[in-house]
Amino acid sequence: MAIAENKTVGRRTPPPFLRGLITAAKTVGSVAITMLGLMFVTFLIGRVMPVDPVLAVVGERASKEIYQATYEAMGLDKPLLVQFAYYLWDVLHGDFGMSLLNARPVSEDIKRVFPATLELATLGTLIGVLLGVPLGVTAAVRRGTWIDQIARFVALIGYSMPIFWLGLIGLLIFYGILGWVGGPGRLGIFYEDLVPVRTGMILVDSAIDGNWSVFRNAFSHIILPASILGYYSMAYISRMTRSFMLEQLSAEYITTARVKGLPERTVIWRHAFGNIKVQLITVIALSYANLLEGAVLTETIFSWPGIGSYITTALLSADMAAVLGGTIVVGLIFVLINIFSDLLYKFFDPRAK
Amino acid sequence: MTDLPPHGQTWRDWLNTDTPTSRSHARAAAAWHGWLRLKSNHMAMLGLYILIGLVAVAAFAPWIAPHDPLAQNLMNRLQPPGSPGHLLGTDSLGRDILSRMIYGSRITLYIVSLVAMIAPIVGLLVGTIAGYAGGWTDAILMRITDIFLAFPRLVLALAFVAALGAGIENAVLAISITAWPPYARIARAETLTIRNSDFIAAIRLQGARPLRIITRHIWPLCISSLIIRVTLDMAGIILTAAGLGFLGLGAQPPSPEWGAMVAEGRRFILDSWWVATMPGLAIFTVSLAFNLLGDGMRDVLDPKEGGTR
Repeated sequence: MAIAENKTVGRRTPPPFLRGLITAAKTVGSVAITMLGLMFVTFLIGRVMPVDPVLAVVGERASKEIYQATYEAMGLDKPLLVQFAYYLWDVLHGDFGMSLLNARPVSEDIKRVFPATLELATLGTLIGVLLGVPLGVTAAVRRGTWIDQIARFVALIGYSMPIFWLGLIGLLIFYGILGWVGGPGRLGIFYEDLVPVRTGMILVDSAIDGNWSVFRNAFSHIILPASILGYYSMAYISRMTRSFMLEQLSAEYITTARVKGLPERTVIWRHAFGNIKVQLITVIALSYANLLEGAVLTETIFSWPGIGSYITTALLSADMAAVLGGTIVVGLIFVLINIFSDLLYKFFDPRAK
Repeated sequence: MTDLPPHGQTWRDWLNTDTPTSRSHARAAAAWHGWLRLKSNHMAMLGLYILIGLVAVAAFAPWIAPHDPLAQNLMNRLQPPGSPGHLLGTDSLGRDILSRMIYGSRITLYIVSLVAMIAPIVGLLVGTIAGYAGGWTDAILMRITDIFLAFPRLVLALAFVAALGAGIENAVLAISITAWPPYARIARAETLTIRNSDFIAAIRLQGARPLRIITRHIWPLCISSLIIRVTLDMAGIILTAAGLGFLGLGAQPPSPEWGAMVAEGRRFILDSWWVATMPGLAIFTVSLAFNLLGDGMRDVLDPKEGGTR
């Protein structure tokens, strides 16, 4: 920062609209560089892997000529940077290559599996927000009481528990012993293909279709994995909410509001909570991004056909195009959510300008 | 020999002094006071005891474990906890789960200590160089850091393991690659605040070269914030390592890695719950211990951040 300031010394400060434009250009530039770097990393990972990409395509019994022709057709004889340029061109056109497993374009597979992850992560975040925010606020207001201790305990467990293990135990208790929820997968076998695919999210599709029996079945399957993801999100959100609220509650304007005789509820929810909303949105966005990642392990446990289990299945069968395609998509979403929360922060918080 | 207590004074008095007689005396007294504060935090001490227990179990595994962790006995498979000779039961190949967990603690400690050494050192190097050099070096190094931060950690680790091949060493490498960027950020921030202080200017005027300034005067001041961060990160490292093991990308069978043991037990979760539950409990206990200790250490070493998490 210091360097940037030194450079502008002595120059005329640009007018406000231009300054806004410069900020926007800088943001776009840094996003572009980050994305470029992200793709370069995945490209390199794809190049250092021990599997011969040509052999994977032509098979072991291909003649030397065919091998050589494919080798050149795939551009592997070109310099690394040229190869990267090809790769970049393909990725920017939504082409992640062919999956070795089912010989279909990876992009189509990702389009198919992504809504399942989105549905799961969204419901998980929803649960996390609905439980975490009130818990965090209450813990801050009643600091040091039993409810604060419970909130602390809940968060501590959330930070320490392996998610795949919690998923297994949940499956054992709520499916195996109690039988309250549907088992692994998105739908019971009798309910499959009953509603037309519109968004790919079964809860939404069945609701649009008005097919409530499918909706109920889908809900019984999603509720357990979503609650488990939601627990992690709640642990994080409640801790952050608590610390934001504590910061506000110790401020002088709160004392003023109380001295004025405002009801405690107004002081807490209108004044203190009103001031943490922006920070909270950032935290929620981050936890949403983290859930997309946490879904990798959860999906494996619950045989949930989302992008996480897509990546891991591809990994175990050395299907590199699928692994890298999935990694890029998850990485891009991660970057976009981060930028989105940054922008939101800048937009709503006058101090950040 | 001003460092040693003079006659008639106990070590405790020497440590509690208000008037240290030398630099190392002052340092020892400060460490002693930090320890006293940590000792008054019961949860942190609980975490510390668990970890000491873990190290002891790992060190004396061959003497503690009742059975060979790899010895199979198909006549005796899937015995429930409490069966004769098998306190925590046996797995699908008739191996004693308790013995496997005891030996598994070695693998966990191995992974965690390697990552905890590699990642902060890489981060420290990158961060201090970026912060001290400034300009283009700073811009490029921090951009690379941002790129690695932009990836979700587990997914990036997965991709690296896919490229390098499954195994403990590669898992360590993959986790380290995903873990260093936050340390670089912290080290850079610390360096930026130190860089322009008067004492650095004085050292520079004495003719010290950048290498000496960074290694002798900036690194020591970055260490304490890095240590806090490492302790708090340990739980995350354990969980990531266990996650990789669970997915079959970390330690390979028949190695008794806890995450891989949970994965083995997954197939029998409805009938033989203990196979997956026991190693999962071990992962949970150890990462809980690191979280408790980390919180306590932060309160001691960095009071301004205390109690916010």
